[in-house]
Amino acid sequence: MDFSLNEEQQQIREMVHDLCLERVEPRAAEIDESGEFPWDVKELFAKHDILAIPFTPEYGGISGGALTLIVAVEEISKFCVTSSLILSVQSLGSLPIWLAGTEEQKRRYLPPLARGEHLAAYALTEPGSGSDAGGMRTRAIKRGDRYVINGSKTFITGGSVADTIVVFARTDQDGDTPARNISAFIVEKTMPGFKVGKLEKKLGIRGSPTAQLFFEDLEVPAANRLGGEGEGFRLAMRVLDHSRPGIAAQALGIAEGAFDLARRYARDRHQFGKPIVEFQGIQFMLADMATQIEAARALTYASGDALDRSLPDIGSSSSMAKLFASDTAMRVTTDAVQILGGYGYLRDFPAERMMRDAKITQIYEGTNEIQRFVIARELLKDSA
Amino acid sequence: MELALSPEQEEIRKLVSEFAEREVKPRAEAIDQSGEFPRDLVQKAADLGLLGILVPEEYGGAGLDHISFAIFVEEVARFCASTSVILDVHNSVGTEPIVLFGNEDQRRRWLVDLAQGKKLAAFALTEPDAGSDAGNLSTTATRRDGGYVLNGTKIFISNAGEAGLYVVFATTRPGSGAEGISAFLVGGDNPGLKVGPKFKKMGLNGSAIAEVYLENCVVGEADRLGQEGEGFRIAMRALDSGRIGISAQAVGLAQGALNDAVAYARERKQFGKPIAELQTIQNKLADMAVRIRAARWMTWKAAALCDARQPFTREASMAKLFATDSAMDITLDALQVFGGYGYLEEYPMARRVRDAKACQIYEGTNQVQRIVIARELVRV
Repeated sequence: MDFSLNEEQQQIREMVHDLCLERVEPRAAEIDESGEFPWDVKELFAKHDILAIPFTPEYGGISGGALTLIVAVEEISKFCVTSSLILSVQSLGSLPIWLAGTEEQKRRYLPPLARGEHLAAYALTEPGSGSDAGGMRTRAIKRGDRYVINGSKTFITGGSVADTIVVFARTDQDGDTPARNISAFIVEKTMPGFKVGKLEKKLGIRGSPTAQLFFEDLEVPAANRLGGEGEGFRLAMRVLDHSRPGIAAQALGIAEGAFDLARRYARDRHQFGKPIVEFQGIQFMLADMATQIEAARALTYASGDALDRSLPDIGSSSSMAKLFASDTAMRVTTDAVQILGGYGYLRDFPAERMMRDAKITQIYEGTNEIQRFVIARELLKDSA
Repeated sequence: MELALSPEQEEIRKLVSEFAEREVKPRAEAIDQSGEFPRDLVQKAADLGLLGILVPEEYGGAGLDHISFAIFVEEVARFCASTSVILDVHNSVGTEPIVLFGNEDQRRRWLVDLAQGKKLAAFALTEPDAGSDAGNLSTTATRRDGGYVLNGTKIFISNAGEAGLYVVFATTRPGSGAEGISAFLVGGDNPGLKVGPKFKKMGLNGSAIAEVYLENCVVGEADRLGQEGEGFRIAMRALDSGRIGISAQAVGLAQGALNDAVAYARERKQFGKPIAELQTIQNKLADMAVRIRAARWMTWKAAALCDARQPFTREASMAKLFATDSAMDITLDALQVFGGYGYLEEYPMARRVRDAKACQIYEGTNQVQRIVIARELVRV
């Protein structure tokens, strides 16, 4: 049993760490404060091939390994979660193409994403269908060699800055069950009928634009359909199996960043004549935080290893990693704010931003309630 | 990274899992109710070579790694924590110090018998006034006639009265703390070693835990393990890998509880359907499964580091802390899934709750684990 990272993973970890320490951490507070998408960070990531990590060399990438991507996302998230989302969403938006695309679709759409010339997004959620993705109302009707899509999407991360958006829509036939008549389409932002609505104001990840998307007679060539008609729901679920470890990695990175901050502060801060780290109350908090992080790391890396080796229980191990790591991030960031005391509550210190950013990891890519549902279903199936 | 068991480890898993199902499971309730030490199961484990798991083959052991050891303890603990702690203490803190620190004579003299199960081993560190603060021992070792005379009282000694060997820690320099401690190999038949009555406990009823009295207990120079003053280091090293065993035990307890809870939830019908279909039950089961999975990875990671001869103190403490706190929560939740039936001793759920509590306490209370972890964190 080998728990160590390989050379590629270690090199990428160091490269991403050093780059983010120097160039991203100093920007993190501004990005949060302004709420603007950090184009400079995107350019930085493109230039250093960080956006190429999710892609294999044949499509212009440098890795394509799940665990490698996890390590990169984890490192960025230690410093700036908004910035980590540039990479995560590049992966999420391209996963459907990678998993279900034809060779032609892959060759056309993946290399510009790998080079960071284009950005990707993933449009599944609608105002009336969140956890219950099968209940979506956006509709695609086939007309000759095109589909005409009408409807809207909400909570689309990176939706306003993306060039390539994978959109899920119903392609109804009478008598189909709801989940069976969903299809996926590669949409380009320049296609007529594609409109970006307002950007949401959020608790955290403020520099990452969360957009509403509107499709008004949006015409998409039939050649842009991913997989067969009706295969969209299964594809969406497979994408989530692959992407949830990325959210776990994000949560893990947030927790690690908050822990490092709290530990540094506890060493520097003197009260009652000694550093507060010498008080057992603080030591035990730090020990519990570190132990939870160790557990989260074990589950997160195990889910990456399971993906890289195509193990049969990917769904459940991804859900476990996402659930546990995000709950850990919430607890650890809250404790970090507590250790920093009044300073932790101030915008001058990053602890409160980390806590606000951590909250989203319990919600997106399947709320943690949905993760428990997925895990329980597998558990009850296994013992049949 | 490849988080997979080797074919050899898979085979061990199969072997010990069958042993646990076939031999341990049917005996667990009676062991708990009677409080009898399960000598029959110890013998059966010995017949399968499971009493020398960590002992090199040249001394009659199986020469296996710590992941195999963890798997063994986990599988037994799924059904009976009493039996698992007996076998765990014997294999790890009882035997491993000799594997790691013994000279050739000591290895020949003790390991062969221990590995074959002719003798059980015990670890005698804790004293009435030296628990978490183990460096503060008052048992003395006084040099006399080319050997030592041991005097003092040990408490909470697992396998006491059953063991043929006690690894005893005593100070040769009273008042000098950890630096004065040495380790001694004392035979169970030594006339200067006496064992008190078995304690009545909340759980782990089959495990014999008692006081051990050293009254002018004479041992030879050749019975000292390691150098004079090396005892504290030996104890800490033994406890580091002992914690892998306790983590594995907690994982086994929790896994057994989850398996039973899942089976019960599928059968038990209320409001016209199995309670497994109720989301509140599903949520509990899911949270239990996640923590078990994490605890097992942490246990195996500490074991893998130990086998690779890398530092693993922090990982072992984290695994012990996380796995045993999880086992406490999970056994309680599993009992809750059983409702009123869970409260009856007719089902194993109440026993698991009683047994799980010990895991948070022994081989370093979870408060001591936090001290160990914090010390390592602050050092970095």
